[in-house]
Amino acid sequence: MSNKDEYLLKVEHLKQYFPVQQGFRKVPLKAVDDVSFAIKPGETLGLVGESGCGKTTVGRTLLRLYEPTAGKITFDGDVIFDSGEEYDEKGNVIVGADGKPIRHKKIDENMLPYRRKMQMVFQDPYSSLNPRMTVEDIIGEPLDVHKLYSTKAERREKILELMELVGLNAEHAMRYAHEFSGGQRQRIGIARALAVNPKFIVCDEAVSALDVSIQAQVINMFEDIQKKLGVAYLFIAHDLLVVHHISDRIAVMYLGKVMEIADADELNENPIHPYTLSLLSAVPIPDPETARKSKRIVLEGDVPSPLRMPSGCPFRTRCKYATEQCAKERPQLTDRGNGHMVACWNK
Amino acid sequence: MPSLDKKQFLSAQVDLSKFNDASFEKATDEEKKQQDVMGESTTFFKDGMRRLRKNPFAMGSIVVLALIILIILVAPHICPYSYSQMISVNGCRDKSSANLAPFQYSEMEQDYIEKTGKSLFPHIFGTDSLGRDYFIRVIYGTRVSLSVGIVAALMVLIIGLIYGSIAGYFGGTLDLIMMRIVDIIYSLPDMLIIILLSVVLQETLTPVLKGTVFSKLGANMISMFIVFGLLYWVGMARLIRGQILSIKNNEYVLAARCIGTKSSRILRKHIIPNCLSVIIITTALQVPSAIFTESYLSFLGLGVADPLTSLGSLANEARGALQSYPYRLVIPAVVICLIVLALNLLGDGLRDAFDSKLN
Repeated sequence: MSNKDEYLLKVEHLKQYFPVQQGFRKVPLKAVDDVSFAIKPGETLGLVGESGCGKTTVGRTLLRLYEPTAGKITFDGDVIFDSGEEYDEKGNVIVGADGKPIRHKKIDENMLPYRRKMQMVFQDPYSSLNPRMTVEDIIGEPLDVHKLYSTKAERREKILELMELVGLNAEHAMRYAHEFSGGQRQRIGIARALAVNPKFIVCDEAVSALDVSIQAQVINMFEDIQKKLGVAYLFIAHDLLVVHHISDRIAVMYLGKVMEIADADELNENPIHPYTLSLLSAVPIPDPETARKSKRIVLEGDVPSPLRMPSGCPFRTRCKYATEQCAKERPQLTDRGNGHMVACWNK
Repeated sequence: MPSLDKKQFLSAQVDLSKFNDASFEKATDEEKKQQDVMGESTTFFKDGMRRLRKNPFAMGSIVVLALIILIILVAPHICPYSYSQMISVNGCRDKSSANLAPFQYSEMEQDYIEKTGKSLFPHIFGTDSLGRDYFIRVIYGTRVSLSVGIVAALMVLIIGLIYGSIAGYFGGTLDLIMMRIVDIIYSLPDMLIIILLSVVLQETLTPVLKGTVFSKLGANMISMFIVFGLLYWVGMARLIRGQILSIKNNEYVLAARCIGTKSSRILRKHIIPNCLSVIIITTALQVPSAIFTESYLSFLGLGVADPLTSLGSLANEARGALQSYPYRLVIPAVVICLIVLALNLLGDGLRDAFDSKLN
């Protein structure tokens, strides 16, 4: 990561802990634990991982819908959040003589101007649209909030333009969300995200709730919009095929940590991390002939509770290559050439 | 068309010989339109009102309430008697007019009718022991009771809505503190507080109110409003907090925050419209409960100040002469029953029509 301004969004050491009441104690649930990645303008970064690994939390924390526990978020050259910790080369927090982390000044920007630049498309098209609002008002709300129009006619014109962009009929403007199908509702959600003309959109499992034929339509629409408007996506999904199709690069998450980041094709053809390997082997293969020959890597055991994280590498409890070092020290993402970053001691 | 004969007798293969080319022609636009199933776009309120109209009990209640309201608005303009004055004939006080039966005229009135040949407005419900027309007193009593009910319900609504939505939306420690206050108020014995407060407030309010518009209502009435405002909002606040707690977890609220919408706008545009049905229903059900409380407070002698009356105090006055004039108790009691029953049925109807969870 040579030039900082090359990236649209840069996330460093992002942590998001949620306090959970256990008896009388409050225990931190480490939903996202030290995640770093960067996205270039107009690029799509896919984020995959199993349920509960913190993908959605990463997306929401990026947009500051949750207050990050620690870390630094840089967007478009501006630091929008920085908790102030300093890190050494190994990725550990630098601790001062008194045992407390050395901090520089905390930065906590007002998000309102950035809400115009970064937006989100939600997973559930049924609960993400207010049932008491017409489509026009749903899409118009960001315009209202950021005062992006001067006359009523201009507002209406912009809304109709957006509806056309996502393939909705202009006649539907006065209808309520419950009158639409899942795919159409997701289009409404996308139009709402696009209303402020953002540079970056988090697609939080945006197609997971749709059936396959509609998924294809919506994904193609995402691609068309990217070509037209040059937005960057963080595409969160658990379907590897979908992610591979749309993404330029893919990050694999496990238990709140990023295990591997690589170009989409590179990751698909040349996965390094044992977790990525098993994940890829679980992708259904459409050809039964090939499917019979391929070997499925089945992981043993369950995902550990994020309340009781294993020491060192979070994956070591299920990894067949695990050694003593894995239990002692947590591996950092290291470059294995060509921007293929892997966090593993043994591979 | 190729002939594809069935190879087996039991095959489920479609027998193509039954079709010709015409069967496979593309549908015209008109035919396609017939397949469009598109209901009329309805709003939440239209939909709810449609369901409400189908409910005979709710519609009956609306008719009854409309009639009662019409009567209490119109009757004082038609009926020449005043609720606070003894009947007088030709400017002369009619001492024989006490305790008249319904539609009975006093001796003086009969004389007057015979002498002048003019007709007098009948005493529909007779007169009370002080010679006041009972019908107009019932009308004014209903006016007072209904307005107490509606004003109290509105006060409960406003306080409960603001308090509940702040506690529910912002949550955390604020919510904890606010709800503990609610718990404390909730645990106080209602009746005791109402009686104590109205006794205390009556004394402090009477000098303050002298000469203002409120003096006619009497300190009792004002203190009753204050009591309702102070005590009965807690139920509403709890209910609204619960609603908001469940609604604020919806993704559309998160989406609104993501857009950068301010909290006040999120509450106004996203959260409150979605718990509106519950709010309307609870408010509708709050009116009869307030009327009820007012009635028995009046019955206990803590109600509105004489000569103004309410349905409860009318019933209380009638108690003494129950054996001789039972209708004086029955009439206000029936009116209370009608109003409370109609409002309860209307509230139930509203709940059935607007509560989306029941649909």
